[in-house]
Amino acid sequence: MSLGAYLAVATALFVLGLAMMIARRNLLYVLMGIELILNAANLNFVAFARYAAPAGGEAALRGQVFALIVILLAVAEAAVALAIVLHAYSLFDTVRPEEPDLLRE
Amino acid sequence: MERIAFALFAAIAVGGGLVALFHRSIVHSAFALMGTFLGISGLFVLLGADFLAVVQLLIYVGGILVLILFGLMLTKPDPSERKLRRVLLVLAAVAVPAAILVARIASAARWAAAEGPLPDPKPAAREIGFLFLLKDAYLIPFELAAFLLTVALVGAVFLARQPHPPPPGGEDR
Repeated sequence: MSLGAYLAVATALFVLGLAMMIARRNLLYVLMGIELILNAANLNFVAFARYAAPAGGEAALRGQVFALIVILLAVAEAAVALAIVLHAYSLFDTVRPEEPDLLRE
Repeated sequence: MERIAFALFAAIAVGGGLVALFHRSIVHSAFALMGTFLGISGLFVLLGADFLAVVQLLIYVGGILVLILFGLMLTKPDPSERKLRRVLLVLAAVAVPAAILVARIASAARWAAAEGPLPDPKPAAREIGFLFLLKDAYLIPFELAAFLLTVALVGAVFLARQPHPPPPGGEDR
């Protein structure tokens, strides 16, 4: 397989995640869209690491290490975002992202 | 063989994402997202990132997805929220610029990328472990990541508590 095939899959996942964030009116869909986008980025990191340094060694692992750190950030982000969603739900009794508008008053 | 495996995993990943985007029920969307994560894990295996594939399974399928399902259980979804027209419009509005951009980048860039069959990858878990623990490699990001996880989890617990009841005589909320 060529590098372009992996980049195409990553682009498709990125587009799906972004569309999910924008088009669906539920805070949990926003969360899922962010996870999809981060996964697409990870796929790019690993694919570039594999094809730029096919012989292996430290350069080939750099992309994988970066992807690991991105996964870790995604975990922290998911935990905090879910806490915020639950808090907003108990305050506003809805998970629609456009309902909370306290700052507008 | 690799071509078939790639097509299979890519189809699982992108198909799962499509179902997640279009399905009316958010529970089905969450489970379709599991397919996406599994497909990406398979793609990691094809790319020689064995450790990352296992981490992907553990963290995403076993952790984040369960977290999202808990979020679904604790909130009330709005079943009429999906408007097919809006989803299609947004998908087109995002996909067309992205496709043009990626096509332009791919045709213009000169990456130092290998072509053709690559040599077999070596197992990566041991090397990644060494990289994370060596002082002149990634020790500082490793420690910072541990610190960030602690802060994020404590912060999440703090945020997710029930809000305080309004003080007597004060306004509600």
